[in-house]
Amino acid sequence: MEFKDTVKHIAALAKLEFKDNEIDIFSEQFKEIVEYIDTLNEVELGDVESLSQITDFENVLRKDVTQSSVSLEEALKNAPKKNENFFKVPKVIEQE
Amino acid sequence: MIEFEPVIGLEVHAQLLTNSKAFCSCSAEYGALPNTQTCPVCLGHPGALPVLNENLLNFIIKMGIATNCKIREISTFARKNYFYPDLPKGYQITQYEDPICYDGFIEIELSETERKRIGIIRIHMEEDAGKSIHDLDIDTLVDLNRSGVPLIEIVSEPDIRSAQEAYKYLTSIKQILLYLGICTGNMEEGALRCDANISVRPIGNSKFGTKTEVKNLNSFRNVEKAIEYEIQRQIEVIRNGGNIHQETRLWDAASQTTRPMRSKEFAHDYRYFPEPDLVKVKVSNERLDSIRSSIPELPLARKQRLIDQYGIPHYDASIFVEDHNLADYYEHCCSYLAVKSQKTFKLVSNWLMTEVMRILSERKIDINELGLNPKFVAEIVDYLSEDKISSRIAKDIFPEVLQNNMSPAKIIEERSLVQISDSSALETLIDEVLANNQDSIEKYKSGRKNVFGFFVGQVMEKMKGKANPKLVTEILRKKLDD
Repeated sequence: MEFKDTVKHIAALAKLEFKDNEIDIFSEQFKEIVEYIDTLNEVELGDVESLSQITDFENVLRKDVTQSSVSLEEALKNAPKKNENFFKVPKVIEQE
Repeated sequence: MIEFEPVIGLEVHAQLLTNSKAFCSCSAEYGALPNTQTCPVCLGHPGALPVLNENLLNFIIKMGIATNCKIREISTFARKNYFYPDLPKGYQITQYEDPICYDGFIEIELSETERKRIGIIRIHMEEDAGKSIHDLDIDTLVDLNRSGVPLIEIVSEPDIRSAQEAYKYLTSIKQILLYLGICTGNMEEGALRCDANISVRPIGNSKFGTKTEVKNLNSFRNVEKAIEYEIQRQIEVIRNGGNIHQETRLWDAASQTTRPMRSKEFAHDYRYFPEPDLVKVKVSNERLDSIRSSIPELPLARKQRLIDQYGIPHYDASIFVEDHNLADYYEHCCSYLAVKSQKTFKLVSNWLMTEVMRILSERKIDINELGLNPKFVAEIVDYLSEDKISSRIAKDIFPEVLQNNMSPAKIIEERSLVQISDSSALETLIDEVLANNQDSIEKYKSGRKNVFGFFVGQVMEKMKGKANPKLVTEILRKKLDD
């Protein structure tokens, strides 16, 4: 049952909505995946540091120089809704 | 009745004055037409890869050193996931567990003699989101020019104990940023933003009360007002037997109150994880040394030096260090003085704080925009300090100096404005004035001492301001009181 709540929580974070029977299916699948990953907990790691990068690269830096941006038209090209200058999205009700 | 004390920590976001954005080469300049400074990286297009701007790294290290932080040799970036239309990737690139700067402090001045240390927990690198505009259209409009502009977040320890201390801390942070030349410090343009974590506790308690986070503090005055309001609100709730809820509140400048933000159900579940698209950042000793040597004298240190070196009052020094250009200008003026003494240094200070700063505030410009040669200020002060001109003459010629960029020495010599300190010449003139105003002498002798000013005025008028007022007063007093 706890996976039902997890699925609902994750769905809410991802702004997704599911029907009850879909949540049941995903709960089962979630459970399987999490249990599978949990087997990693059985490995004795000692003081091995957690990994944040799989390469050993350091300091890939860029000089602080501007290059031309894409045009306004190009920037807005793929927007489902727009006007001449802006992307448009449904009114965000919450004020910030 | 139980007395309460507030416990306050500030989170300050500062936009960095880089040319380009944090992770792409788009211009980071403020004020361009909407959506004209974007590219696949800052538009959040799939597959576009971020590359760190070297100056974001250099600037944050500068700030870290200036605020006495430790600089982490190796740090990483993380993704902070949340859903909002002005965040096209669905996550903000930030630092989480290993901020590059940590464990620092700054000092604020509580009074002329008392300083207080405010701890800094961490300073980390991150990127700004775009801008949502809610009030221009039925829909929300999104401008992504700001998306990816570099920010640093400066998180203080909960060491602040009043709204006024919070204000002082914030202005000190702003001054340091300005001295380092890494941020405009402009709160109205959003280049500097501040959120406050506030709680109250009975005096004597060491345990913190439940805190609220107050957002939308978009001016320095609002920071102070909002914190003061929130402190009083919390005390009142507790005194009335209520409990403080941990929540985010918004400052509403119109009603001068804070109100709870509509709760986002999972507002604090950001699911941080390491940013796989950016490699580790390593700060070499060479980089650290070269940045350390580029850090200028900071505001508090400079204030103390101005007081020690020039003997000017704390108040004067505070005014000058507020704007480092003004402090530079003051020191330039002093360096051109023919006679360098505490007296002339103070005269320069007076002249800048009255005549010059009055014009700056009238014209709403800064000292560098005024275009007044500091040599000219020194010349005026030299004439004044040797009593060669009266302060009235100095004020009279100043507009001309300014407008025509003309040397005051030249104006003074050409028009022979040097004041008359020859007492015999003055005596003759004063006798004349007295002879013509017998009735006023009667008034004076009958006890109306304020008539004295009238005589001084008459003499100065006749001398077109060129008489040495001290001498005039002396001679007049002798003649009238004898």
